[in-house]
Amino acid sequence: MDASATAAEPIPPEVPREAGAGAAGAVFVARGLTKTYRVGELEVPALRQVDLEIGAGEFIVILGPSGSGKSTLLNILGGLDTPSSGEALFRDHVLSGATEAELTRYRREHVGFVFQAYNLIPSLTARENVALVTEIAADPMRPEEALARVGLADRMDHFPAQLSGGEQQRVAIARAIAKRPDVLLCDEPTGALDCKTGITVLRAILDSNRQLGATAIIITHNAAIAAMADRVLYLADGLVARIERNAQRREPEEIAW
Amino acid sequence: MSALDRKLARDLLRLRGQVVTIAAVIACGIAIFVSSLATFASLQQNQAAYYRAARFADVFVSLKRAPDALLERLRALPGIGQIEPRIVRDITIDLPGQALPLAGRLISLPADAAAPRLDRLYLRRGRLPAPRAAGEVLVNEAFAAANHLRPGDQLAAILNGKLQAMRIVGVALSPEYVFATRAGDAIPDDKRFGVLWMDHDAAAAAFDMTGAFNDLVVSLAPGARAAEVMRGLDRLLTPYGGLVAYARRDQPSNRFLSDEIAQQRTMATTIPVVFLAVSAFLLHVVLGRLVASQREQIASLKAIGYATVPIAWHYLKLAGAVILAGALPGIALGLGLGWLLTRSYTSFFRFPLLAFHVQLWAPPLAVGVALLAGMTGVLSAVRAVVRLAPAEAMRPPAPQQYRAGWLDRALGRRLLSARWRITLRGITGRKLRAVLTVLGVALAVPVIMVSRFWNDALDYMMDVQFAAMDRGDVTVTFTGPVAASAGREIARLPGVLLTEGFRAVPVRLVVAHRSYRTAILGLPADAALRRPLDRHLRPIALPAAGVLLSQRLAERLHVRPGALIRLELLEGERPQRSVTVAGLADDMIGLNAYMRLDALNRLMREGDTISAVDLRTDGRPADALYRALKGMPKVESVTVKALALQLFRATTVFLVLVMAGIFTLFSTVIAIGVVYNNARIALQERGWELATLRVLGFTRAEVAGVLLAEIALEIVAGIPLGLWLGVWLVRGMVVLNETEMFSIPAIIETRSYVLAAAIVFVAGLASALLVRRRIDGLDLIGVLKTRE
Repeated sequence: MDASATAAEPIPPEVPREAGAGAAGAVFVARGLTKTYRVGELEVPALRQVDLEIGAGEFIVILGPSGSGKSTLLNILGGLDTPSSGEALFRDHVLSGATEAELTRYRREHVGFVFQAYNLIPSLTARENVALVTEIAADPMRPEEALARVGLADRMDHFPAQLSGGEQQRVAIARAIAKRPDVLLCDEPTGALDCKTGITVLRAILDSNRQLGATAIIITHNAAIAAMADRVLYLADGLVARIERNAQRREPEEIAW
Repeated sequence: MSALDRKLARDLLRLRGQVVTIAAVIACGIAIFVSSLATFASLQQNQAAYYRAARFADVFVSLKRAPDALLERLRALPGIGQIEPRIVRDITIDLPGQALPLAGRLISLPADAAAPRLDRLYLRRGRLPAPRAAGEVLVNEAFAAANHLRPGDQLAAILNGKLQAMRIVGVALSPEYVFATRAGDAIPDDKRFGVLWMDHDAAAAAFDMTGAFNDLVVSLAPGARAAEVMRGLDRLLTPYGGLVAYARRDQPSNRFLSDEIAQQRTMATTIPVVFLAVSAFLLHVVLGRLVASQREQIASLKAIGYATVPIAWHYLKLAGAVILAGALPGIALGLGLGWLLTRSYTSFFRFPLLAFHVQLWAPPLAVGVALLAGMTGVLSAVRAVVRLAPAEAMRPPAPQQYRAGWLDRALGRRLLSARWRITLRGITGRKLRAVLTVLGVALAVPVIMVSRFWNDALDYMMDVQFAAMDRGDVTVTFTGPVAASAGREIARLPGVLLTEGFRAVPVRLVVAHRSYRTAILGLPADAALRRPLDRHLRPIALPAAGVLLSQRLAERLHVRPGALIRLELLEGERPQRSVTVAGLADDMIGLNAYMRLDALNRLMREGDTISAVDLRTDGRPADALYRALKGMPKVESVTVKALALQLFRATTVFLVLVMAGIFTLFSTVIAIGVVYNNARIALQERGWELATLRVLGFTRAEVAGVLLAEIALEIVAGIPLGLWLGVWLVRGMVVLNETEMFSIPAIIETRSYVLAAAIVFVAGLASALLVRRRIDGLDLIGVLKTRE
């Protein structure tokens, strides 16, 4: 399991490509995306016929109440779940219908995740949590560089339990960006943080989006964050209710909640 | 049914994998405990009951010849209960179709055969010989069974130099021959040693012993002491060639049987206790962990108003259900195994009826120990949770505090990937648990080693006895001392490569107030076929004067090399002489004394004589040799080593296989119980972490590797510890099993170490792989939600 041996381990197959799929410049394309959960006899629709296109380098905020389908959408785009029907594309790769192994490789190579609960490995230091990902990535930055980008150069050898919530979330962002991902998917990244700490975390996400060109998608309950986005998607009852484009984007330091 | 009981039922169903593996461990522990004790109790009680029913004698003595008139004086000796005079002679049996002359012993039935007073025979089949019918005999059951003899079959025997045809009229058992072996033989050979009983008057006529006897069995009067009675007998019988009376304790069959029962007692009181303790320990740990993993549930119950007692009671019921699920099959299995083991002794020990006895206290005791161990494990886990405020207990336990240990620093960042660090810190961060798991794995190993050890030790003893010490292929025993030229005559027979004559004389060794009866072997100075060995298995050169004693014999007599010892030779002119103990031999079987042949001959004042010859043959089918030996008048019996070994192996193989099978099964169950439960709980605690790795893009195999590597490391650490524990357990058992007749070497073959390690490793890995399926099914979306 050491770094050099990783290359020798079998890497799952790539998500199949489809010629001519996807609009030029689009990172994600969704067409008629539908997800229905079965709970016993009951069918619970989470997404209904969602159509969507997200361009490279865009900063997207998805807003919506609980149960609106925003997490389901993010999970499908992140390769953690598959739609019941419809099509989801990442560039020219077809995510819908890809196998478990193909989705694993997709997550490994292209996606950086940031979660509300940070999901750091408690037995690894900040540096090691980042190294966890750089050891299996194709062209990663050094863990130290990733941590420096989120302002944690001096906290690298601390374990998660020794870091504040905001620091932990920034380690999670460093872990997500260290592989130079194509997309950065953030699920309530500031949900567990106070306003001031949340802003430092948003700053780190925004910097990564700008400096690395990664497409950033943030889902949140927090309407204030929407001001940072290029576009804001409003989800309700599994449908995209409306999409707004911010004429004027705000910097994280300019918002408050 | 209360809501809690419904939860109990569903928990049991949900945790069925763990319930089954824990129950299996406790079932095995109880089964071994119950079966070993039952086997021991059965043998012991059958021995006691049989001796009582058959009126087994207390004192035995043989002599040359005494008139029946002497009996009046013998009966008048103080302490004598009853006396049974008999005629006993070693004879040669000639079975139709058998090329070999077989060793036999002929015993006269009491004058009133229908009502013998002592050592009563049990007639298994047929009838008693008719009065004065010289042509009718009973045979002992072991010999009859080994040679497929039935009443009505014919055999011939050489009585007093004359070949006489006889008809078997019955098959009998005697308390003197529960275990029938010929003096001087290291292992029994039921096929080639038979005991015949003949009508008293017919035997007297055949041996010219009318109105006389040459053997006595004696019972003690209530309160009498055997030693006093034996002194009185010796005093009266010495003029009649009395060969020194001996007590029941030294009676060969009884000695062997009692040794075996003593060994069973050791087995029954040590190994099962170890096993039960191992199961109890695992039960304590595993049930404790199971309860600890329900921390949030316990806290919720408290929060909604349940008091501590009903909560504790709920989990005690859970433990009780798991334990009873193991205890009931365990008791049933134990009874079945005990019956099987007791039954398998019927081919060794000939009892009229080998009844199966169970100590009624054993199963409840075993279950009680299991309950106690399980309950304390549960209670300490429940207590740890209920002590916390419900609000605190409802949250997951405080995150583990991790530190970079010396191992991290030693290996450096480059050598150790982040995933290996998760594995290593998973172990070092929960040291106590890791230690308990390693110990649990380790405990499975000695169990297999002990089972293999009996086999290894037996192999080794047979190898030393029959390849290094007793190296001849055939031993020819004469009816008495013969000129050494008889050996040279045998050397000329077909197929014989080498002969070596030796002299065996019954002897009483006396040192101060201690004495021991055995045979002294006179061996040629340059003996190659029969050699005493030292502890490094090197042959010991026999001293020109003095005797060599078995180590254990010297211990029993409290003598050391250089000390003087009195030899009372019990043959011929019965000389008595004091000689020096010249050295000690490391015999593993029997208590023996050795001398140079010429020195023994001088002591006996009988010239150049031998009483037996060891032969080395060319190994080809030897019927011509056997026929030639059968035709030699002085030949009493012929022992063929390969045949005796073959029979011995055939009779022991079942017992050895059953034991090895049980122990292997048990250790496999322990290994699975420990590893599977540990892995399930680890997965429950760390599922969130592992699912996170999957989300980050690690494959199923990579994620499973993190947990499986941790389990593998614990197994790999446990195995050497287990091997080390096994060596000590074997050594302890050797000390506890030391008997007068056998010194069992603490021998463990390399393949036994390998086998023990391999079985535990495979069992552990298999149970880890069972858990791997659950790793594959981790809920990736669940981990994105806020933890708890």
